[in-house]
Amino acid sequence: MSEMERKTVLAVASGGGHWQQLMLVAQAFDGFDVRYATTMEGLTAAEPDGSPAEVTLIRDFNRSNPLVMLKAARQLMALCRRVRPSVVVSTGAAPGLLALAVGKLYGARTIWIDSVANSEKLSMSGKTAGWICDLWVTQWPHLEKSPKLRYFGRLL
Amino acid sequence: MIFATVGTQLPFERLIRALDRMAPAIGAPVIAQTGALSFAPAHIETHSVMAPTEFDERFRSAELIVAHAGIGTILMAKRHGKPLIIFPRRAALGEHRNDHQIATARSFAEEIGVHVAYEEEDLERLISERPLAPASDAPPAERAPLLQALNAFAHGLDP
Repeated sequence: MSEMERKTVLAVASGGGHWQQLMLVAQAFDGFDVRYATTMEGLTAAEPDGSPAEVTLIRDFNRSNPLVMLKAARQLMALCRRVRPSVVVSTGAAPGLLALAVGKLYGARTIWIDSVANSEKLSMSGKTAGWICDLWVTQWPHLEKSPKLRYFGRLL
Repeated sequence: MIFATVGTQLPFERLIRALDRMAPAIGAPVIAQTGALSFAPAHIETHSVMAPTEFDERFRSAELIVAHAGIGTILMAKRHGKPLIIFPRRAALGEHRNDHQIATARSFAEEIGVHVAYEEEDLERLISERPLAPASDAPPAERAPLLQALNAFAHGLDP
């Protein structure tokens, strides 16, 4: 496959633990162009060769501020138009869920990986993600209760 | 130096107050990333927010990390091979939306280098027992199958 035909994975997470789990998840996409988006200024990601990867800053929001969510949605739409991801993946939280919804509009297949912090039940965003994403993943085997929710392993 | 962090989302005054109270007897300087604070600590150096690069520097040069039971902090302690004490937030005290940090503390209780303090007395005892065993960067055996499944999905296969 030539460079021109490499497929793009868009990886999106909020700052903090979600982002750090996303950095581990990104190791799964060897052979793809991985582009990142996050809500926290100053976060960096690296290509497999160590060179800096593209990280787009999007607005942070939670479920209580819909106007900021609309702004974030417009940022994510612009990003999807530009990078044309074939896969969108998120480890949370609400902005990552939005990225999956926007990615679907642009024809991407989407993955939600619920944070390893949610060992007793899925996060709120994680539950909602079940309606949107194509691959719905928990990191705890005892939470794999519905047929769609899958457990493959754990990041840490 | 002992570096304390409460993560990026919410303040956690109970931890900062406990460290400020213990600091004179610790025998090492304490630097803390605190989020918003409603009081001025007398015995520790505090920063409400820290740029990621500065945070990284403090983290790397610390002999011990004391933190809320956040996944970001646990991963970072493992990556840098630091001993870590986690002190979980409690929903009943308004420290988080739910008690998932207590669940996280239980999940990592057996992990070498991740030391759990449920109460302030545990925190004080663990700090006095240092040097504590450092966390390990070795990935769990469960990581590779997860990454393989994600890779298969990205290639259009059913994992």
